[in-house]
Amino acid sequence: MKSFRNKILGNDYVITCEAGPPKGTDVDHILDELDRIGSSIDAFNVTDQQSSVMRLGSLAFSHLISDLGYETIYQLTCRDRNRIALQSDLLSAEALGLKNVLALTGDYTTMGDHPGARPVFDLDSPQLLDVIGQLNSGVDMVGNDLEGSTDLFPGAVVNPGADPVEPQLFKARMKEDLGAKFFQTQAIYDPEILRVFVNKLRKLEVKVPVLAGVLPLKSAGMAKFMNENIAGVCVPDRVIEKLTGAEDVVEASLDICVEVICETRDIAQGVHLMPMGWENQMPELMRRAGLK
Amino acid sequence: MIYSEQKPWDEIKSYLSQDDKVFVLGCGGCAAASGSGGEEQVEELSSKLKKSGWEVTGSRVIEFLCNKSLVGMRLARNSDPIEEADSVLGACCGIGIQAVGKLVDKQVHPANDTVSMGGFHGEWPSEEMCERCGECLLDYTGGLCPLTMCTKGLLNGACGGSHQGECEVEPGRPCGWELIYQRLVEIDRLDLLVTYNEPKARDKYQFAPQMDKRHSLFWAIEAKGDDSREKLPE
Repeated sequence: MKSFRNKILGNDYVITCEAGPPKGTDVDHILDELDRIGSSIDAFNVTDQQSSVMRLGSLAFSHLISDLGYETIYQLTCRDRNRIALQSDLLSAEALGLKNVLALTGDYTTMGDHPGARPVFDLDSPQLLDVIGQLNSGVDMVGNDLEGSTDLFPGAVVNPGADPVEPQLFKARMKEDLGAKFFQTQAIYDPEILRVFVNKLRKLEVKVPVLAGVLPLKSAGMAKFMNENIAGVCVPDRVIEKLTGAEDVVEASLDICVEVICETRDIAQGVHLMPMGWENQMPELMRRAGLK
Repeated sequence: MIYSEQKPWDEIKSYLSQDDKVFVLGCGGCAAASGSGGEEQVEELSSKLKKSGWEVTGSRVIEFLCNKSLVGMRLARNSDPIEEADSVLGACCGIGIQAVGKLVDKQVHPANDTVSMGGFHGEWPSEEMCERCGECLLDYTGGLCPLTMCTKGLLNGACGGSHQGECEVEPGRPCGWELIYQRLVEIDRLDLLVTYNEPKARDKYQFAPQMDKRHSLFWAIEAKGDDSREKLPE
């Protein structure tokens, strides 16, 4: 089977799926669940203290998932580590055999369950991409030679729904210049927003492939909450109406996701699934979207 | 301006548990403007202390407790009430507490918490803030500081949490990078937005000036216990 990297570089369509480490050390149940969908996807995207909530680490969880035989995209945020720790964790990722890394700024500390924590943000996401490039070339960020370099495949995130969108486009270009090989997006509910964004990227000659973010809505209330509270998320009224009037919300929700996946096939080089507890629905979603 | 607010009363009382006699000192500068260290608050503190059983040997508001020369002169004129007290309660910012502590040989208790405004204001009260990073970036950002205006202090544009001009941290808080973007649009310098800014040298944040920088009037006045006084600039 082709690696995630080779598929991205070979213009093949890829499927990634978010995997959230547990709050605690009981990993068996979650790993069992992931094991059921692992063979249907290209890589698990392992979150790093998502929403600033303290959990088991993304490095360890990526390692556990790769022990099951699946590829991972190790997420790394700048919120909790200074440049020494970030570089060290990247070397650790390489030593553990992890292949891909997603460079993120990270949510602010006060958004999570430890609001009193000291925010670090020593580097930002473009700088972290730059550092990954340096480690890949055999030196650390101050130019010291490494005994063995990394060979990590770096990705980044973009937010097509940001308003204004122009700074996002510029930042995407900067991330491409600094080595990003794939972009994951925030959850998409209006394929047109992604289409306009990708077209603008291509006009700026940004060639990095985009993986469309897909997050199943569990209720109309959740859709409204996301519209009001999650930056860059826009759930159109027609989608909310579909959920409100649905006899079976799961069915309706999967239909909405299928529509996004199908309508973005020509502009996105893949899909980034964020099941958020609906892991068991993912095989059905992929089947309906014709991804299997 | 440095903003401070009064600590909870129980906390203040706990600081004074070993003292019987207290001198109350307010600051007529920033603390007065913050409503936490002017005449009114000093009187209120004194009367609450008396009601709770402490003897207040005196009270005073001095314009700027951070200014040691000024405070030294004012206190010297009438030092008996301080001599008589077991400790001093200072209604001012943390700088005032530390400065007064160098002028009196008694414990100076803080009555206030100094509240972060996200950076250091200029000496003149204004909203523009500087973190004194040692590597000014303002030329790249249209004259708005990303270190103090962006909650995360990002150097290369807004994070994904920025939406419609607001920061993810709380409603109504402007996204610093949105303001920088708007400014760059205004001055037609959007080219600066695609300029990559390297990581900052955080060692420049550390207050460790070279000895040769100490040959200044500032150090001659402020530095204690070194030989810089003998090397005043001519």
